[in-house]
Amino acid sequence: MLLELTCGVINLENKGTIYRISGPVVTATNIDAKMNELVRVGKEGLFGEVIEIDYDKTIIQVYEDTSLLKPGDEVTTTGMPLSVDLGPGLLGSIYDGVQRPLPKLSVLMGEFIKRGAEAPGIDREKKWKFFPLKKKGDIVNYGEAIGYVDENEHTKHFIMSPPNITGTIIEILEEGDYTVEEVLCKLDNGAVIKMYQRWPVKVPRPFKDKMMPNVPLVTGKRIIDVLFPLAKGGTAAIPGPFGSGKTVTQQQLAKWSDTKVVVYIGCGERGNEMIDVLTEFPKLVDPVTGGPLMNRTVLIANTSNMPVAAREASIYTGITIAEYYRDMGYDVALMADSTSRWAEAMREISSRLEEMPGEEGYPAYLSSRLSSFYERAGIVVTLGGKIGSVTVIGAVSPPGGDFSEPVVQNTLRITKTFWALDSNLSQKRHFPSINWLESYSLYYDSLKEWFESKISVDWDRTRAEAMEILQKEAELQEIVQLVGADALPPDQQFLLEISRMIREIFLQQDSYHEVDEFHSLKRQFSLLNAIIRFSRLGNNAIENGVEIDKIIKLESKAEISKVRYRKDFESKIGSINETMSKEFKALLGEE
Amino acid sequence: MKEYKTITSVTGPLIFLENTENIGYGEYVKINLSDGSVKRGQVLDTSGSRVVVQVFEGTRNIDKNAYVKFSGDVLKIPVAYDMLGRVFSGSGDPLDGGPKVIPEARLDINGLPINPYKRAPPHEFIQTGVSAIDGMNSLIRGQKLPIFSGSGLPHNQLALQIARQATVLDCTESFAVIFVAMGITEEEAKYFISDFEKTGALERGIVFLNLASDPSIERLIVPRIALTTAEFFAFNYDMHMLVIMTDMTNYCEALREIGSAREEVPGRRGYPGYMYTDLASIYERAGRIEGKNGSVTQVPILTMPGDDITHPIPDLSGYITEGQIIVSRDLERKGVYPPIDVLPSLSRLMSKGIGKDRTREDHKSVSDQLYAAYAEGKDLRGIVSIVGKESLSKSDKLFLDFADNFERNFVAQKSNENRGIQTTLDIGWEILSKLPEDKLLRVSDELIEKYMRRFMNAPNKTD
Repeated sequence: MLLELTCGVINLENKGTIYRISGPVVTATNIDAKMNELVRVGKEGLFGEVIEIDYDKTIIQVYEDTSLLKPGDEVTTTGMPLSVDLGPGLLGSIYDGVQRPLPKLSVLMGEFIKRGAEAPGIDREKKWKFFPLKKKGDIVNYGEAIGYVDENEHTKHFIMSPPNITGTIIEILEEGDYTVEEVLCKLDNGAVIKMYQRWPVKVPRPFKDKMMPNVPLVTGKRIIDVLFPLAKGGTAAIPGPFGSGKTVTQQQLAKWSDTKVVVYIGCGERGNEMIDVLTEFPKLVDPVTGGPLMNRTVLIANTSNMPVAAREASIYTGITIAEYYRDMGYDVALMADSTSRWAEAMREISSRLEEMPGEEGYPAYLSSRLSSFYERAGIVVTLGGKIGSVTVIGAVSPPGGDFSEPVVQNTLRITKTFWALDSNLSQKRHFPSINWLESYSLYYDSLKEWFESKISVDWDRTRAEAMEILQKEAELQEIVQLVGADALPPDQQFLLEISRMIREIFLQQDSYHEVDEFHSLKRQFSLLNAIIRFSRLGNNAIENGVEIDKIIKLESKAEISKVRYRKDFESKIGSINETMSKEFKALLGEE
Repeated sequence: MKEYKTITSVTGPLIFLENTENIGYGEYVKINLSDGSVKRGQVLDTSGSRVVVQVFEGTRNIDKNAYVKFSGDVLKIPVAYDMLGRVFSGSGDPLDGGPKVIPEARLDINGLPINPYKRAPPHEFIQTGVSAIDGMNSLIRGQKLPIFSGSGLPHNQLALQIARQATVLDCTESFAVIFVAMGITEEEAKYFISDFEKTGALERGIVFLNLASDPSIERLIVPRIALTTAEFFAFNYDMHMLVIMTDMTNYCEALREIGSAREEVPGRRGYPGYMYTDLASIYERAGRIEGKNGSVTQVPILTMPGDDITHPIPDLSGYITEGQIIVSRDLERKGVYPPIDVLPSLSRLMSKGIGKDRTREDHKSVSDQLYAAYAEGKDLRGIVSIVGKESLSKSDKLFLDFADNFERNFVAQKSNENRGIQTTLDIGWEILSKLPEDKLLRVSDELIEKYMRRFMNAPNKTD
């Protein structure tokens, strides 16, 4: 099975023996292996990858538990690097770090994960209905679709020629049900195309051209979409200490992002969290298609107690699957929770190799590995001529919440959006607990035009005003700490009142409330706009001598705070704006 | 079984052998000393003709003439139902003078990771009878919820109270406690055991003891032995196991000791870089499995060195466990028992196990409101210390009083007081009723009518 490659060069099998075992690192001798080649180790044929070649010694990281392997046991090369199966059936699946389907493993080995099991990433038996898009005599370019299958009712899965195959069709099957193993299409140069292809995970899938990200990824979260937006094809980092809500934020983004496909990687995290996703997602509704959310999701679960080398591989497995759907012309969001665990896996392997450590024991190549991972994000013109994107959102778990540690710092140098989670906010049950003063988005300037043309011409002005109020509040708070709020002049007291509204009504969002957990961009804007309008009218009233207490007690202010929960948001916000105008008119009339 | 007499060097807890032949990684080893005693160990590194073994009982008295026997298998322990009510050493030998365990099975102490796909989502509320836990940071079956404490704080007392009182509402399934001591003093161990005996908890419990005077390397295996036993009871006998482990800090110290003896590249503060993975291999053994009735719930206790929560031990633990209960020195000084600081405490699984049909419909709202109000009250304490109480508004003063009220009436309780969840929630409403109603934004009007109104006309008992 392993030799059935549709890409890469095939080597003949080659055997050697184990020389040394130290944790997940195994040294073999008398073997002629290539760097990054996949090898099978020991009697059970455990999967491993060549990570170093040193004279006659070949060093292998093994993706499974190495207990009771012995020096002298056999090591066999496979002739190919660690690869994943790409084809219909990925959506809705849950895999371990090296793309073995976990449901299949539980059938093979029961409730616990034992080792040595082999399970292909894609079901070889299942039949899919194939619809050809090409006919005999047509030319197939690299990465071009020859047909499609309906992977589920909302997703057309295009069957593409692998990125290294091109030619003229001499034979193509008609519409009908086939397994992924059947040859769908033969080319004049002898190459064949099947429903699935294999791709080495550490090699980025090629594309024609990368474009500038200028369309926002809508997440329905007000603080993200309005203040710190992420572009489709962009990168974002979510660092935060434990208990600050990283995983909740990641899961919320996985639920609400307006992308066709979501790849969720649980990398070295809790098992109970993965089961959460697994039990919840099939019940939830995909905001884009209306189908079950699980139908657009690929889950990769390598919990913290699963083998560490497979944890290192899980990130690559995930991004390769994401790139594959991108190549079909889809928008894909990838959540990696958490990249710190991935970096730690690298550190662990590196220290077993006795490499010279860099900062805090991390290997010196930490930075380059992180950047080459994030660089696989992007909005591109695919080889097949479509436009697709991979957006990468990486959680970072800095020790002690210290953002100056190497993983956060190296991540921040590459990612363009930074959502800083703050445990002070989460302790106050302010969610999402994204700190509005520390976070930033470098995409905002290129997205501004989109927001202004699609949502409202006032988008930028309103946002800027809100940001300014929050910034001023932070400055004023220092004074309030010293002299108390009552000592401030009325306009500053009013500013504190407005900023409180922005924080509590706009930035806070209840992810357990059916209406509040997702707001469309239009709703987000009109909510913020109502608050800012209240601020402008209020300031005007104060200048004209109206007492602040009267403004704070206005009916429209109380109503703004409740409108976010209402199903009839649009009509309600209209009436609130009317009430507001009337109330302020009345106030000024009194004077 | 292979036997060698080729020890070349002994350093710290490690011995090095040469001229060996194909010894398996992780093999269980017995070392026969010239004085007739036997020590046990495990292979840490093996290559062509050289093997590194870590010795659980310490390397004292080992010389180059010792015989080293390789078992050809990993360390497995005997487990049996009869272990209930017994006391064992850190290596699993009986300490209570009773007979050896007649094994029903022999299990690998490292266990196996649960397939995430086969995990069952935890959702059953465990009532500990402690308001600060039940009301604010509920413990759920299958959860791992550590107690982060400091030296000299009453975490042991709290752990005992939990062990004694823990029950699941409307449930008659069998339940047992496993108590694991790692490097605690004899005095502390006696305190635990006598309390277990007094309250009868030992009859439905198992104790594993590694005392401060026992070899530190043994600390690396005792939690694994205990969890293997817990899994055996949970998944073979459908029992609900609560595993209390104290003190994880001593475990991590032992891990560091091994790391430095092996001359590994140290990570933060000298702890090995793989400490996260290692701790995960312990904590992640909590959980429930689809199709099985039993569960393993963990309450590890760790003392934060210097009360520093960013120290690697609490830090890495917090990233793996599903929340944490923080024992605070400030509250202890104020004479509040249990001194649980609810603000930085957290139970990640709480929302799964509370609410209608589980505890009570108002549980989440009350706890959110208590959190928000207590946080506000504590913030005000900071301001009061600068500007004085006089400059506060009337409503601020009420919040300030609320914070004291919360600590004295909600958090504080007697160490033998088993408060039901209904009582806990009612106390919550009662103290909330002293706040202005329009400031209670986290609770709906219906809940206020149903649960709080009756306290509002009642005489002010809490003052």
